[in-house]
Amino acid sequence: MKYLEEFQNPELARRLLDDIRATVTRPWALMEVCGGQTHTIIRHGIDQLLPDEVELIHGPGCPVCVTPLEVIDKALEIASRPEVLFCSFGDMLRVPGTDRDLFRVRAEGGDVRVVYSPLDALRLAQQNPGREVVFFGIGFETTAPPNAMTVYQAKKLGIRNFSMLVSHVRVPPAIEAIMRSPDCRVQGFLAAGHVCSVMGVGEYPELAERHRVPIVVTGFEPLDILEGVRRAVRQLECGAHTVENAYPRAVRPEGNPAAQAMLADVFEVTDRAWRGIGVIPDSGWRLSERYREFDAEQRFAVGGIQTREPAACRAGEVLQGLLKPHECEAFGTTCTPRTPLGATMVSSEGACAAYYLYRRLDLPQVRIAAPAGVEASSVV
Amino acid sequence: MGHGGGGVMSAELVDHVFAPAFGGPLLAGLGDSAVLELGGARLAFSTDSFVVRPLFFPGGSIADLAVNGTVNDLAMSGARAAYLSCGFILEEGLELPVLGRLAEALGAAARAAGVEVATGDTKVVEAGHGDGLYINTAGIGLVPAGVDLRPQRVVPGDVVIVSGAIGLHGVAIMSVREGLEFGACVVSDCAPLGGLVEAMLAVTPDLHVLRDPTRGGLAAALNEIAGAAGVGVVVQERQVPVPPPVAGACAMLGLDPFYVANEGKLVAFVPREHAEAVLAAMRAHPLGAEAAVIGEAVEAHPGMVVARTGLGGTRVIDLPLGEQLPRIC
Amino acid sequence: MCLAVPGRVLRIEERDGTRMADVDFGGVIKEVCLEYLPDLEVGEYAIVHVGFALQRLDEESARRTLELFAGLGILQEEFGDPWEAAVAMDRLTGGSEIGVGEAER
Repeated sequence: MKYLEEFQNPELARRLLDDIRATVTRPWALMEVCGGQTHTIIRHGIDQLLPDEVELIHGPGCPVCVTPLEVIDKALEIASRPEVLFCSFGDMLRVPGTDRDLFRVRAEGGDVRVVYSPLDALRLAQQNPGREVVFFGIGFETTAPPNAMTVYQAKKLGIRNFSMLVSHVRVPPAIEAIMRSPDCRVQGFLAAGHVCSVMGVGEYPELAERHRVPIVVTGFEPLDILEGVRRAVRQLECGAHTVENAYPRAVRPEGNPAAQAMLADVFEVTDRAWRGIGVIPDSGWRLSERYREFDAEQRFAVGGIQTREPAACRAGEVLQGLLKPHECEAFGTTCTPRTPLGATMVSSEGACAAYYLYRRLDLPQVRIAAPAGVEASSVV
Repeated sequence: MGHGGGGVMSAELVDHVFAPAFGGPLLAGLGDSAVLELGGARLAFSTDSFVVRPLFFPGGSIADLAVNGTVNDLAMSGARAAYLSCGFILEEGLELPVLGRLAEALGAAARAAGVEVATGDTKVVEAGHGDGLYINTAGIGLVPAGVDLRPQRVVPGDVVIVSGAIGLHGVAIMSVREGLEFGACVVSDCAPLGGLVEAMLAVTPDLHVLRDPTRGGLAAALNEIAGAAGVGVVVQERQVPVPPPVAGACAMLGLDPFYVANEGKLVAFVPREHAEAVLAAMRAHPLGAEAAVIGEAVEAHPGMVVARTGLGGTRVIDLPLGEQLPRIC
Repeated sequence: MCLAVPGRVLRIEERDGTRMADVDFGGVIKEVCLEYLPDLEVGEYAIVHVGFALQRLDEESARRTLELFAGLGILQEEFGDPWEAAVAMDRLTGGSEIGVGEAER
């Protein structure tokens, strides 16, 4: 596909890696904020290709991973109601609540549907006027505008049987919280490119300056990740801490003003709990007063549900780069992808699931078995 | 529902519920079909049930799947399917013209596969109890002398060949599934593989194992073989044929083509000395024209499948947990 | 977060008062909402997330980024020292820093 394959080119990747190797002189810890970037890193084995000095810490940018347990429990409660048709992005279905997940609700007779777009949920509401259609509105600044547009459309079209369980989160307050943590090891950030496609880069210079940390707006293909790392390392090696845009094909400094205006109309900033991390001030969005009638939490009176997170799960420390997944007592014993304690073990982008997958793999052995550069055709 | 997805949960159901209850040495083999000795002949015997929705999809229908699914399970034992049984479970209210179309499709698929429908059964369940229609088929066929296809025969050094482009069936089904609908010039690869397998066995009866990567895709098939054989498998990711629309759909939905279902492909573990000749024979057959060597069996990391990525990194191809879900992150 | 992929606009039309487009993702066609990029035109590429076009894809930037990558090793060969190469590269590409902060060395 155009604009994807070109940014996976192995020869250009080699050039970027050579440049990183030639630049780096000592250890640096970088955090890629976004789960999509973590996915690319794991999917292409990028972490193994980087010089040992560069450590990538998988950040809290996976909406599935950070949606608080309490909100999941509210979703499960709503989805269990006979009158409700509950719509969600696919990633949320396996995320465990206190005692079950959305898959389980579906198996018990709940009408839970996977949709590609929130507009699909709105369409279902139009097609099923006798049902209450609820959409699980999670995600960062990238996903918030589509969800905001859907609520706006529902109001404009007067679709009364539609509502949204909103648990949106924002990146800059999370970066702030990570940097304020006393044990913080992160020395540079690869900022989430698609968040910046919407929001622009205006929120980041202040963060970079206050915490004296380089922030590189980074895309999602392998070459984009390597370029983000390359620029962050270059800055660190010379003691710089600026904001750079390494993803200019999709990120303009001002972002998308139309989307920002819609966000300002439909949502308002609120404190938000992050699973495993706790409440981060001003880190989320909820429906604004003008759209409160579409708030599923109020419509189904689940506001009273309060859940404590299991003490055994240390996902919050993992998400902040304070703990490696395998250093957790529960890792691989009481906590596995089949029986996850926290969402970092559920999502394929989750740091714990990635570690679990790789724990049995002795990488040096693989290198002996199939040296780099040996194409399969040569084994015949 | 995850228990039907062809992944870890399906395997657990068989291991923990069915195998202990049924007993018997044959089930212990746990291939897609059983090979039985009967009256001096070696018979391959297999059954499969089909519950796919929607009933019709680009490139086929549940009836095509019901024939080819069982025919292909037999082919993976090296057998050419001879006879099929066919059981229909109909939901009350299913329209007769729909049933008629499916019956004709089933007959046509059987003729194309060279298999005779020898016996059948029909039951009707109450409205609301059956998604329109389910089909069960069972089949038998003769296994040629000297052919012994089992994962236990795989040894390090075996070459892994896939018979063509992966992911077409799964993407065709997704393109018409409620909530995901998209336009795609993709049709299911649903096809009977008996002829292709015959062509491969004509080169040498000494193939080690064949598997059709249906539910759970290439990832599930390779993991099952690696686990049963006690070898590691290394796949060169760039050698795996992924057609552009499959890559496009997977990029859009956040899926991995390795986990998407196929209905007309096979993966073969072939002794190194025969690999070139087998590959040539496959490419000479219409259903193997795009066959490619994708990797090899290795001594390292037994039971694990590892891909070398286009950039030269490695990633673990794990057994899928259950149904593949589109993701946003 | 943010599985968003570039797609090419094939057709634009109003549906229920909303600006919608058929967008091609490598041979797969999906309906996409254009309300956030109202001036996007047929033939252009956009970054699409959960059925919404969120930002126009800038072809010129993409080309320049790839050129920069292609030039990396070559410059290194010419200049030897990677730092000189980096400086030369910034001169070539006109730099791309957009924020505050300063070098301390």
